[in-house]
Amino acid sequence: MATLRIVFVGVGGQGNLLASRLLGEAALQAGVPVQVSEIHGMAQRGGVVESAVVLGDALSPIISPAQADVIVGFEPAETLRALDKANRKTLVITSTSKLPPFTVAIGQGQYPEMDQVLGLLEKKVRKVIAFDALEKAVEAGNVLAVNMVLLGALAGAAKLPVSRNRIEQAIRSETKKAFLETNLKAFDLGFEAARAA
Amino acid sequence: MPDIVAEKPGRKLLLLGNEAIARGALEAGVVFASSYPGTPSSEVPDTFFRIKDQAGFYFEYATNEKVALETVAGAAVAGVRAMTTCKHVGLNVAADPLMTLAYVGVNAGLVIYNADDPSLFSSQNEQDNRYYAKLSGLPMIEPTNAQELKDLTVYAFDLSEELKLPVILRSTTRLAHSRGAVKLGPRKKTQKKGKFTKAPFSYVTVPAVARRLHAVLLDKQAQAARISEASPLNKVIGRGKWGVITNGVSFNYVMDALADLGLKDKVSVLKLVWTNPLPERKILSFLKGKEKVLVVEELEPFLEDSIKVIAQAKGLTLPIQGKARNLFSRLYEYDPAQVRRVVARYFKVRDRSPRPLDLSDLPALPNRPPNLCPGCPHRMTYYAVKKAAGPEAIFPSDIGCYTLGLLPPISMADFLICMGSSVSSSAGFSRAQDKKVVAFIGDSTFFHSGITGLVNGVHNNHNFTLVILDNGTTAMTGHQPHPGMDTEMAGLPNTHIDIESLVKGLGVKHVAVVKPRNLKKTQAAVEEALKFKGVSVIISREICPLYGRRFVKPKKMTFTVDLAKCTNHRDCLTTFACPAFYLEGGKVYIDENLCIGCAVCAQICPESAIVPRKVGG
Repeated sequence: MATLRIVFVGVGGQGNLLASRLLGEAALQAGVPVQVSEIHGMAQRGGVVESAVVLGDALSPIISPAQADVIVGFEPAETLRALDKANRKTLVITSTSKLPPFTVAIGQGQYPEMDQVLGLLEKKVRKVIAFDALEKAVEAGNVLAVNMVLLGALAGAAKLPVSRNRIEQAIRSETKKAFLETNLKAFDLGFEAARAA
Repeated sequence: MPDIVAEKPGRKLLLLGNEAIARGALEAGVVFASSYPGTPSSEVPDTFFRIKDQAGFYFEYATNEKVALETVAGAAVAGVRAMTTCKHVGLNVAADPLMTLAYVGVNAGLVIYNADDPSLFSSQNEQDNRYYAKLSGLPMIEPTNAQELKDLTVYAFDLSEELKLPVILRSTTRLAHSRGAVKLGPRKKTQKKGKFTKAPFSYVTVPAVARRLHAVLLDKQAQAARISEASPLNKVIGRGKWGVITNGVSFNYVMDALADLGLKDKVSVLKLVWTNPLPERKILSFLKGKEKVLVVEELEPFLEDSIKVIAQAKGLTLPIQGKARNLFSRLYEYDPAQVRRVVARYFKVRDRSPRPLDLSDLPALPNRPPNLCPGCPHRMTYYAVKKAAGPEAIFPSDIGCYTLGLLPPISMADFLICMGSSVSSSAGFSRAQDKKVVAFIGDSTFFHSGITGLVNGVHNNHNFTLVILDNGTTAMTGHQPHPGMDTEMAGLPNTHIDIESLVKGLGVKHVAVVKPRNLKKTQAAVEEALKFKGVSVIISREICPLYGRRFVKPKKMTFTVDLAKCTNHRDCLTTFACPAFYLEGGKVYIDENLCIGCAVCAQICPESAIVPRKVGG
């Protein structure tokens, strides 16, 4: 099976690791070979969190610079920072909702303008899908469901060897009842946003 | 979260490498386990802690890795299957028992799981612990994916029992923290209770005994070498005049590279799962007839050196290379594209993988370093100590979240080499130079290896202040318990050990307990301690807010900047630097979603412009 390499990048607390794990679970249920890799430890301390999902026959659990087929960015500056993982053919899906790092607040560095971020992304890669995932999460009724929105967008935009149905099944089996409805709604809003883009 | 206890054999689960090891231990019928946490090994003991009652085995968090290894050694010599886990530097702490336990051996399977950290994702060095296998003479098994981590944990227990030797199971961060499909196996029933037969002339390592036991260890090593030689785990894949020898996670990168480069029918791969003792004859027969061989292993040329020795002894002169300027580095972890590039270069084929983008026109992005959380008591303590001791004092630090105090604007860490070094090095710093010395150590780290250093400081009449940052948990590695925690609040049956009584019992004459949320009192207590000649201790006690909210729901009281009063000093931002602050239009604001209402910044503002947020305001 051809290999599809997906990088998830975001900030601690955004639920990036859960998104990659759910995709992994869905792949496992679909009988698609899958490797998921995670960087632990700094997730609760506001650092960058990156995870990778490799679907298909490749054995390597991580994704090298220039080798990502898809980048799913939970935060626009982090999407830009992750561009070293991209090549010309990479599909980039990014939320446009900013989470400026604390260094900006204390004057060590400047957060780039959103127009500049999007302009650079468009210039570098084949296709960019950018929208405010936080807004969609709020619309779905759970401000914490940004990860579900972006997982939905991934399912809507990338040619995954795993069906939408399987991913929704994984969300159902891994989500607490109280959040299930909003999570599925968030997934759906992300899916539609990516389809419309 | 997958239920690794209840799921039936034959089921496939998506498991983290470390969860796979925990399942492997269950399948092997582990009876007794003990660990000190350490990234990237922590999820094994975390899983043990979570499932021990459900699965019916004994697990405890030990005060440190040496204690853990000695504890499980007792259990395994007494005759039950036992396991300990640690990160690479944790094995340094346990190196003393490791070396002599190898002489004594065990009566039931004992597995030591060791996780190395190439690239230092969360460590102070990237030492290659394969050398510990050679140094101790113990067998080392290196899985290459999640399934093997599970399967070979079971294998390691059986092997340990066959050889009557502890077996080291080694992984690296990438294996420990990758998820893959794992097919479960059956759970073995083992003896829940051992029976210890006295044999002091086998178990008490006085010189006369140990002299004989060293010879016994060499015999066991010879037996291990025979098993390694015959083991199908060390496997030749494919045929060809060229060869690659590899281990661990690199095996995956090699296989992907050969597929991508179209080299599968030209290059034969020797995958080594046994990295001590090596299957020498298998390696030799692999080398014979090859034109050239590439050795792909992260960190040191451990395999490469041995393979060259094996070749030399038989007069083989083919090129065998690995670590070289144009090939592989001894630094950092490898990645798939890097391995593909080097394989292509070594065997002179074209690498057509996608090229990197030109990113030279990207703006400089603001850094996002990890940071102490909003409301973190460490930030408060650092602020008060800096006020009392001045930024010129020397601040030896230690290992935990508080090491992040290294970063500006806190800048309160001057020296760190290992767990416990804050206390002991303070003795050296205070004698060798004249500035005040204030050391910082976390509560869990203090129990791990701060106590002996403190005794040394008191006994030898040193002059420094030790601040014990008592947040009631082992925060950095994921809130594991430790002896000083509030066991009652956590609902644990363990005995609480009071740090204040302990420190006084060690002979410290000046001890103060402070609440860091009260900056003035904390500062005053530190000033007093600094006046004291001798070793003084400040215990700064405030629960880690991330941990504390498991037990007490935080109050919904947050703070805000009264813009009418704020004159934009920005002391709050530039000296205290809580991540709940942000700048907008040149003014400081407080993010109410991040603020936990600790009220400490309100004590700092010279205009008293930081005030409680009105309900609904």
